[in-house]
Amino acid sequence: MSFAGALPSTYWRTRSALPGFGISLGFTVFYLSAVVLIPLAALIIRPWELGWSGFISEVTSPRVLAALKLSFGAAAIGAVLNSFFGLIVAWVLVRYKFPLKRLVDALVDLPFALPTAVAGIALSSLYAPNGWLGAPLMSLGIKAAYTPLGVVIALTFIGLPFVVRTLQPVLNDLSRDHEEAAATLGASRFQAFRRVVFPALLPALITGTALAFARAVGEYGSVIFIAGNLPMRSEIAPLLIIIKLEEFDYAGAASVGVVMLGASFLMLLTLNGLQSFTAARR
Amino acid sequence: MSNIAQVLRPRPATQDHPVARTLLVAIAALFVVLFLLLPLITVFAEALKNGVTTAIAAITEPDAVSAIRLTLIAAGIAVPLNLIFGLSASWAISKFDFRGKTFLVTLIDLPFSVSPVVSGLVYVVIFGMQGWLGPYLRDHDIKIIFALPGIVLATMFVTFPFVARELIPLMTDQGRDEEEAATSLGASGWKTFRRVTLPNIKWGLLYAALLCNARAMGEFGAVSVVSGHIRGQTNTMPLHVEVLYNDYQFVAAFAVASLLAMLALVTLAVKTFLEWHYADEIAAIHKH
Amino acid sequence: MGSPMSLVVESIAKRFDRFPALKGVSFSAPTGCFLALLGPSGSGKTTLLRILGGLEFAESGRVKFEDVEWLSLPARERRAGFVFQQYALFRHMTVAKNIAFGLEVRGRRTRPPRAEIARRVEELLALVQLDGLGKRYPSQLSGGQRQRVALARALAIEPRMLLLDEPFGALDAKVRKELRLWLRHIHDKTGITTVFVTHDQEEAMELADLVAILNQGSIEQIGTPAEIRRAPASEFVADFIDIKAEGQPNPVIAKFEPRALRA
Repeated sequence: MSFAGALPSTYWRTRSALPGFGISLGFTVFYLSAVVLIPLAALIIRPWELGWSGFISEVTSPRVLAALKLSFGAAAIGAVLNSFFGLIVAWVLVRYKFPLKRLVDALVDLPFALPTAVAGIALSSLYAPNGWLGAPLMSLGIKAAYTPLGVVIALTFIGLPFVVRTLQPVLNDLSRDHEEAAATLGASRFQAFRRVVFPALLPALITGTALAFARAVGEYGSVIFIAGNLPMRSEIAPLLIIIKLEEFDYAGAASVGVVMLGASFLMLLTLNGLQSFTAARR
Repeated sequence: MSNIAQVLRPRPATQDHPVARTLLVAIAALFVVLFLLLPLITVFAEALKNGVTTAIAAITEPDAVSAIRLTLIAAGIAVPLNLIFGLSASWAISKFDFRGKTFLVTLIDLPFSVSPVVSGLVYVVIFGMQGWLGPYLRDHDIKIIFALPGIVLATMFVTFPFVARELIPLMTDQGRDEEEAATSLGASGWKTFRRVTLPNIKWGLLYAALLCNARAMGEFGAVSVVSGHIRGQTNTMPLHVEVLYNDYQFVAAFAVASLLAMLALVTLAVKTFLEWHYADEIAAIHKH
Repeated sequence: MGSPMSLVVESIAKRFDRFPALKGVSFSAPTGCFLALLGPSGSGKTTLLRILGGLEFAESGRVKFEDVEWLSLPARERRAGFVFQQYALFRHMTVAKNIAFGLEVRGRRTRPPRAEIARRVEELLALVQLDGLGKRYPSQLSGGQRQRVALARALAIEPRMLLLDEPFGALDAKVRKELRLWLRHIHDKTGITTVFVTHDQEEAMELADLVAILNQGSIEQIGTPAEIRRAPASEFVADFIDIKAEGQPNPVIAKFEPRALRA
């Protein structure tokens, strides 16, 4: 019995009639390693020249902690704001008709498309004490620019599309059946929303909020102009990394970078976990 | 039907109360205007504060021009490279079955979740003065950080997943039938790819290239780390904006910024257009 | 059928992960015959067809066709025309370009000149009764028309073997009946060895010279429709072919006069 041309699929892959697997996968892995994996590995290794205790003391030093707290905290607040307003915007875009709706829809993508530095100087200008919005706020006694509040505002701008764009398809696909059933059973619109629609949206809302949070934590360009950049008060973590680099404290910069990277990976895992969890429940 | 009868007729069960509707639309509109539209308007308003000629002068002065040129070059290298990568990765992932596929896709998505500053940091750690290859590069007088190569690398990192992310779901959705048919008819791998696969993904590819380019030209954080901010030499447009702004040359800063803002608007316009007209071919992307 | 056995399949086996799709299938068929692979879903018939076409790979076993070690040829060298259930027409090409594809991708040495290709396309369009539709796109055609384009495309390369994977599965009953007889006519006209997968026993018994009945990866019986009706080899076969009492009339193999197809 000859086996001419009859080759088994290996454990690793199913043999395919289409050509080009070797070269496409090979190039993909090569490029991925060269541009992403090796540099990331280099970053992760770098702090270890400080040793484990050195790394810990670096990361828990007051200035670093303050910066991390600001970055994470402001991102969290911004994400929560976005989840609330993002839900409203998504609802309004999907369910209602009103003039200029298409324009609003396109605008939602603005933070995606607009370069962060442009957003940064615009926001800074807007909320500066003599800015269009900053002046009215000043007269109310609220200082927006150069404070943590400014950071929150910038991070809210950055995160908005994530919530809205995650919610829109889900809202679109939601059939009205359940709401109609609720109505026939005597529920008011608000009750129907709270008990029927909102639970269905919750997974997408959480995913969108988490995405907004993840994006905001590492944000630099849109924040750097409106933040005060005062150490311990209004200095964000990415700025601290740059400052350490300028002082040639590579290990210190890498340590903070590793913490931020770790947070990113954690978020990624949580998000993937969330998505498979919700997919399984469906 | 008379007007009175229309008013008295009950609303459809799933329609919200008119007051609620108006309120929600108002809140949404206010939020969007405040957070999105105003900043956009500010850019152009501030740029034109001292008249159109001042704005144009700011864009045409030498440092600005070299910043524009550097931006174009960096994007001109990074985007095509990432396009090739994206095509290669989508081909491998969508047309074949192998273990570790999901893991590979997760790895490709990594740069998306990394902070821009960290994205630049990774290259400084390798190529910077105190980096792995620092001494070697210095001895051989090769400049990567604080020069074009570093900027290109940082740009490549942050825009890395864009094309693959758009193409993988699209090509997966399109399936393998047509490629199998082409193979059975005698076409080689390249011919199959060129004549059958590429025409099927052309709008998705354009869409992806557009977004990739917008990000590449607008990238700030990562490039900031590797650039060195040398005026006239290693400043891309976003960096030049920063330099001008920190120098209190607000009008000039906004003038250059408005160029970038216009790029963003054009990107949004073309993106919206593509989404309307070629929904089928790009719809796959939004499902994932 | 006095022709030599040109298609010889020996002990073909294939698994998908743990699942054994084909468990050592062997049979032989003469040149130019119309062979139906009949069976329920999951019986392995499509897998077998795809192995013959080079789109899947067997784990063990051997196939010889016209004295060629068939499995050692890659798909693109086999010249086995494949017609897919979902047509797999190139959606961005016109009907004419679709049909011409197999000729246009040939290397410089074997590629016919452009005029010749155009002529052949016209010829094939006439054969499948789609004259004048060359400039249309697949999306503008009905299901039946698309399947005829798919067949014309496969025939364009002058295949040594024609493989059809439930070609009429996606069409409605009336169109199916028309197209199946017409397919038999094409086969009779061209004389190509044809292997045809279906789960519709009426279709197989009506059209084929030879029917191979598959069940769970093995061949239960292979023979002419008359032989199978006369003596089903197992209860499964009897059940599947739905053989009633004796006196079953013989299947009508088309004395078929081509008429204009409306599908």
